[in-house]
Amino acid sequence: MAYCSSKRRSAVPGRSSGKTFSGQIGFRHSARNGLEQYARGALIKREVDLKHVLERVVMDGSLQQLGEAIAAALPGAISGISTAHGELTLTVEPGRLIETVTYLRDDPSCLFVSFIDLTAVDYPVREKRFDVVTHLLSPKHNRRIRIKVATDEATPVASLTGLYPAANWYEREAYDLFGVLFAGHPDLRRLLTDYGFDGHPLRKDFPMTGYVEVRYDDEQKRVVYEPVKLTQEFRSFDFLSPWEGAIDYVLPGDEKAKGNPQ
Amino acid sequence: MSDNPVRNFTINFGPQHPAAHGVLRLVLDLDGEVVERVDPHIGLLHRGTEKLMEARPYLQNIPYFDRLDYVAPMNQEHAFCLAIEKLLGMEVPRRGQLLRVLFCEIGRILSHLLCITTQAMDVGALTPPLWGFEEREKLMVFYERASGARLHANYFRPGGVHMDVPQQLIDDIAAWCDPFLKVCDDLQTLFIENRIFKQRNVDIGVVSLEECWRRGFSGVMVRGSGAPWDLRKAQPYECYEEMEFDIPVGRHGDNYDRQVIRMEEMRQSVKIMKQCVEKLSAQDGKGPVAAKDGKVVRPSRAEMKRSMEALIHHFKLYTEGFHVPAGEVYCAVEAPKGEFGVYLVSDGTNKPYRCKIRAPAFAHLAAMDFLCRKSMLADVSAILGSLDIVFGEVDR
Repeated sequence: MAYCSSKRRSAVPGRSSGKTFSGQIGFRHSARNGLEQYARGALIKREVDLKHVLERVVMDGSLQQLGEAIAAALPGAISGISTAHGELTLTVEPGRLIETVTYLRDDPSCLFVSFIDLTAVDYPVREKRFDVVTHLLSPKHNRRIRIKVATDEATPVASLTGLYPAANWYEREAYDLFGVLFAGHPDLRRLLTDYGFDGHPLRKDFPMTGYVEVRYDDEQKRVVYEPVKLTQEFRSFDFLSPWEGAIDYVLPGDEKAKGNPQ
Repeated sequence: MSDNPVRNFTINFGPQHPAAHGVLRLVLDLDGEVVERVDPHIGLLHRGTEKLMEARPYLQNIPYFDRLDYVAPMNQEHAFCLAIEKLLGMEVPRRGQLLRVLFCEIGRILSHLLCITTQAMDVGALTPPLWGFEEREKLMVFYERASGARLHANYFRPGGVHMDVPQQLIDDIAAWCDPFLKVCDDLQTLFIENRIFKQRNVDIGVVSLEECWRRGFSGVMVRGSGAPWDLRKAQPYECYEEMEFDIPVGRHGDNYDRQVIRMEEMRQSVKIMKQCVEKLSAQDGKGPVAAKDGKVVRPSRAEMKRSMEALIHHFKLYTEGFHVPAGEVYCAVEAPKGEFGVYLVSDGTNKPYRCKIRAPAFAHLAAMDFLCRKSMLADVSAILGSLDIVFGEVDR
């Protein structure tokens, strides 16, 4: 049973593969310190909360530094750096995506070798309506990074499949659900939706109910597609309260009242 | 004979094949018995979870997470709750954290038991699932006693857990731990050390560590290839920092290493569960199970009947729901199958603007072509089994 002998290897981080894995470094510092004192009163609790805030500020600071170092190494490629909730986000110029990601993967200070996720977010009011969001992980430095590229329906984004084979399916999924195009993708087919599906369901202008429904027709002995029929209209309640500072909100029936733009 | 032109043979594997672990359709190109190309067709279980979530308040979205990886439901809820808590800046009380960790480890055992025993069935052993499912049944009863449901628990809530558990349940879980270690030993002798099981798994589906990272693998898949990488240690969440456990790591990156790791992880999970039980039974483990913020966490029923403010909170929470400040976060947990992440974009309203679910099995299944190329047809189901795929989370 030689296979099982490596059970205690975690005690010595990194011995197995010759790399240094910082197994003990945590992002969140022990929340329990705060909670052991839970009952003792709000004052101590607040002190601990402040400590948390301070730690977060320090952590965000070092991430900000990393972001600035990356931006300095690739002049003109990074158009925005932001840190929030202990996460670093880089906004990348679409034309220089491949160069940036190659740097992030190969530079010794980054080494984001692990591909975590790729998806899109739809903001229909913007001219470039999609944000293509990629998450990468550096196991060596125990760090994560988020990369954003803005695009629209017609402009393709450079495919990351050459750098990370994992990007293949994630890009197919983004194409399927959002209609984002990827230049240089070897096999940009639909992935999750039905064979012969039309439309991109995760766009904000695609109705949640969809357009067609399927059922098995016993007479024709096959599955038939029909326009969707709802027995009850989909009810979308508006919960934005006019009392809590929602300035743009017009109360139903108040559309003609004085001072309203409409 | 040799004059006949040799033609590649294309076959469909699934979607109704018992070894397809749900609804997977693999289109295989075969040259004799050697696999030349694998094209997985997924999406047969696609329910549009992410679209549905954009139309519902946060609280109503938690049950969708149970239906992703339905063999370990609470681990998924956990990632979503952590993401919401990160945006809200909330902290979970100690007892709530301990209960979460306890049930996450139960989920890990549920998942691993299913994975290793059914993979053994894929390679020809019929008995292991029967032995494994007996224990799963007991664990699902624990789920039921805590949440009211055997599978779709909806137990973790932003700010803590839904309800406290009775001490009797904690004692029963404690009593389950040691006999289960015996079951682990039985399973070990039943099939992990079995000659046929080894013949079907050793040096099959080998993947190097570098390739693991490039292909977005996580969890047991990277540990099988030699990286001691576990989010519970590397980026600890909840109270995993104070738990003592080891991370089993493989050396060969093959099917067999992965299954042995899963076996060992179950023992480590039991170790964590025992620590949780001990801490929950101790004096400082008593207390509230959810944060006291009435704007997010529902008031107790007794409170709701007496206090006007609690009644208002209760009403608001179950109609409008709570509002989450605008922003975006990515939160990941070490789910049994690997890194399960939630990328949550909030626009400040009571519904998520976008919620991307990063399922570990999605990346693993995407590598099927890479893993199976030039292997024998019979190895396809063995490799598929060792990836630990569940279609609820792949298709979403």
